[in-house]
Amino acid sequence: MLPQVTTAHYIVLSALLFAIGLFGVVTRKNVVVILMGLELMLNAANLAFVAFSRHHGNLQGQVFTFFVIAVAAAEAAVALSILMALFRLKGSVTLDDATELKG
Amino acid sequence: MGVQIAFWLFAILVAGTALYAAVAPKIVHAAFSLMATFFGVAGIYAILGSDFLAVTQVLVYVGGIMVLIVFGVLLTDRVPEEYKVVAPRRWLPALIAGGLCFAAIAGALKSTVWPISSSTPLGDATSTVEGIGRSLLTDYLIPFEFASILLLVVLVGAARLARGQVR
Repeated sequence: MLPQVTTAHYIVLSALLFAIGLFGVVTRKNVVVILMGLELMLNAANLAFVAFSRHHGNLQGQVFTFFVIAVAAAEAAVALSILMALFRLKGSVTLDDATELKG
Repeated sequence: MGVQIAFWLFAILVAGTALYAAVAPKIVHAAFSLMATFFGVAGIYAILGSDFLAVTQVLVYVGGIMVLIVFGVLLTDRVPEEYKVVAPRRWLPALIAGGLCFAAIAGALKSTVWPISSSTPLGDATSTVEGIGRSLLTDYLIPFEFASILLLVVLVGAARLARGQVR
């Protein structure tokens, strides 16, 4: 028999998703994949919001998730246009090529 | 019982595809794996009883952000060979950072007592749409309007940035 699914299960899944996203952001060199890792982390936060919304029995967490989704969409659009600018400037979207600010 | 099976199926789908998206050698594979993750998260939302949010997740993430990312891949992935190797030197710090993050949250969870909550955000309603709509246009009207301003600014800014040199 499978155990009852509690809020803790959802939060652990959310933490796992966040950790995987962070892992992706740190290991990968391609900016597109780093962006994907960021989206994973945002999704993890949303998952926690919805799980707690369910746990407390009110809708505020879900309403906040809508704002997070809107900001995530905006972030993706701006990030990809920056990506296009970087690609135009450098001819690649690898982090190792964008080191102007390294000093 | 059905909820448990659905949860574990979607949880395995989400964790597995997310992990593959983070380590896949080819970016296109990572992108499509990420699409499955987004679908899985939408499924979890549905299990949690947030129907409108599940649909929004599919619409915005799969329909919008995934298309943007795939366009990003297609427009910039000129030398696929270059990306076949994940930087190995960053595995250790990444594992430490991700592991600490997970351990901190899991540790906090372990020391918390979790009553199984039977209450749902729905109350007597059959859908969350009405409640969310009411909240957005009453308590959260100002953030709602700010979100629309943000989207407008992003629309203009992204177009300007992606266009490049303007004479």
